[in-house]
Amino acid sequence: MKRTGAQIIWECLVREGVKIVFGYPGGAILPAYDAMLDYPIHHVLVRHEQGAAHMADGYARASGRVGVAIATSGPGATNLVTGIATAYMDSSPIVCITGQVPSKYIGYDAFQETDITGITLPITKHNYLVTDVHDLTRVLREAFYIARSGRPGPVLVDIAKDVQQATIEWEYDEEPIQLPGYRPDLRPVPRDIRQAVEMIQAAQRPVILAGHGVLMAGAMQELYELAELTEMPVAMTLLGIGGFPASHRLNLGMMGMHGEAWVNHAIQESDLLLAVGMRFDDRVTGNLSTYAPHARKIHFEIDPSEVNKNVKVDLALIGDLRQSLQQILRNLQPCQHGDWIAYISQMRGESAVRDIQNLPDNGHLYAAHVINDIWRYTNGEALVVTDVGQHQMWTAQYYRHDKPFSFISSGGLGTMGFALPAAIGAKFARPEAEVWAIVGDGGFQMTQAELSTAAQEGIKVNIAIINNGYLGMVRQWQEFFYGRRYAATPMRSPDFVKIAEAHGLTGVRVMQRSEVEAAVRLAQQSPGTALIDFRVEQEDSVYPMVPAGGDLHNMIRRPAANVLAETGRD
Amino acid sequence: MQKHTLIALVEDKPGVLNRVASLFRRRAFNIESLTVGHTEQPGISRMTIVVDSTQTDAERVVANLYKQVNVIQVADLSGQPMVSRDLALIKVNTPAERRSEIMQLVEVFRARIVDVGNDSMIVEITGAGDKIDGLVEVLRPFGILEMVRTGVVAMGRGTLVASEVGQNGNGYKS
Repeated sequence: MKRTGAQIIWECLVREGVKIVFGYPGGAILPAYDAMLDYPIHHVLVRHEQGAAHMADGYARASGRVGVAIATSGPGATNLVTGIATAYMDSSPIVCITGQVPSKYIGYDAFQETDITGITLPITKHNYLVTDVHDLTRVLREAFYIARSGRPGPVLVDIAKDVQQATIEWEYDEEPIQLPGYRPDLRPVPRDIRQAVEMIQAAQRPVILAGHGVLMAGAMQELYELAELTEMPVAMTLLGIGGFPASHRLNLGMMGMHGEAWVNHAIQESDLLLAVGMRFDDRVTGNLSTYAPHARKIHFEIDPSEVNKNVKVDLALIGDLRQSLQQILRNLQPCQHGDWIAYISQMRGESAVRDIQNLPDNGHLYAAHVINDIWRYTNGEALVVTDVGQHQMWTAQYYRHDKPFSFISSGGLGTMGFALPAAIGAKFARPEAEVWAIVGDGGFQMTQAELSTAAQEGIKVNIAIINNGYLGMVRQWQEFFYGRRYAATPMRSPDFVKIAEAHGLTGVRVMQRSEVEAAVRLAQQSPGTALIDFRVEQEDSVYPMVPAGGDLHNMIRRPAANVLAETGRD
Repeated sequence: MQKHTLIALVEDKPGVLNRVASLFRRRAFNIESLTVGHTEQPGISRMTIVVDSTQTDAERVVANLYKQVNVIQVADLSGQPMVSRDLALIKVNTPAERRSEIMQLVEVFRARIVDVGNDSMIVEITGAGDKIDGLVEVLRPFGILEMVRTGVVAMGRGTLVASEVGQNGNGYKS
């Protein structure tokens, strides 16, 4: 049959199971947009291409399927960059399709020409420039395959306009994909499995460090069985949240810079760290030279380049986490660590006195209270998407997730502006889920234009703005490390309620804790997207905190004696 | 200085050299030399990469090279018996009265004179890096007007083939 390049794009996407794309049209991608109308694809018109990339990312993380963003050449393509880098750092499978100027103009600085494959080289898993329509099917098939297999990641396909316009005799290529240099199907050797089992059985004070890889590999059940069988406590990275039930007795909570004190102390005092699907990011290790000094370390990892990158490990098991854990489980005998668990529980009890959740309500609105209340009123079952900053850490601490794929956040890149578009993408992936975007006043304004997208699509997400009038996390660093010199962190925001109303959406402001429940209920009951502007305590800080590069066991704690005074402050 | 000689077999496609060079820059890998050329197999190019491993962990370079979709095989030849060769063209200042002196030195190093002008000559030398360094040192007093070196290419001795070293050596692929 005869097909244009533009039609081939959609023929391929439909065969990849794509039903929705997030994008923004323009000159160099016009042929593709024209052809799109004849295919069963829903297109979501974003307000900025960054939003398209984040939506595709949110869609991918909520569904496990590949998310697709589409943009034109030049500025359309460069606007995707932050979203691509975000997906790359968090190993999220997205395919970005960009139009490119006609191939004969490439290299001549044509109108809206940019070298997007060059620009995205270090932030994509792989990318392609297509200048021959005969390559298009192969390239698109490879793009989806590379994006979702192995350690997932973003793939960009840049398609010259003349390729989209060319007509060829076409049939879908069903041949197996030939990528001799790409072999994602690695597996550990039996000898290493045996050694790992021996190390686990010998451990007295083990800790499992569970990361995003648990979710990516779908290894939640295996992790659960491993923890139960061996009575090993589980600490999570930010993106590992949801990989192990928060309510489980072996759950420790989040580790790292803003991890709870007992979690970081447990890691520092452990004799075995079992790292599953995590990469020893500097935000979880702190000072490497003092990190878990007594622990032997086993690293379950799908990407060989992550092994021994930050932390030198005693044993690396390269391969699919789920399969590796299954092999371990087949060889493992039950063990108990009652004393170790009891010791950690004791540390946990000691920390509880500092926990703002345990303090009486003094009429002020604290972010931690708000987030904990949202957790309560959503029965802990919402799909929560956060932005980046203090509210992100408070959400990680106070919204307790028992189910996987219910917490989405920009971890590695730390992209402000991520939450709203990612939440929209997640809602498209899981329409039945109650989606909450928890954002700061700063980050929300970075991509607030996507409210229009939500309104146009009639899609419902609930937005909780944790509004403290500052770029709060930066302010906190200024408070701790820069002598309270608040350079460029006080922020005056528009009336967010009116912004919501201007879009025909529901908006409500909350000044006191007593108003939180009614506002959450109102948001839940409103048919469309609803926004709550929570005016929280302005100069609250996230505790505990390990200063960047500091020892993991040396945390700045919420001063226990000052807590009451602080919460009782006028 | 501890040197690692790595061989990467890569797909012969546009942009692959750029990907590898970009990788080294992005990861701050300290590369002493990088050469690319064709191989016995059409569609496959061979890169020889010399890493100063006192500054850059060769294992990280290997793992990150593997991560590239277009990189088919990586072999670390260090510790293996190998032949490594570099080629240099050296243009030497040659006053007529010292020409024979230079020609003798060239003879000693088994180098060749490939161009002779009124006041200069071009010397071609092939060999291991230290041999070339040696010739450069003895020619330097005459005045080196211009020099170019190709960078190192290397090959394992005997039946050892790069495409097999990678597979047996670290087991990352296949």
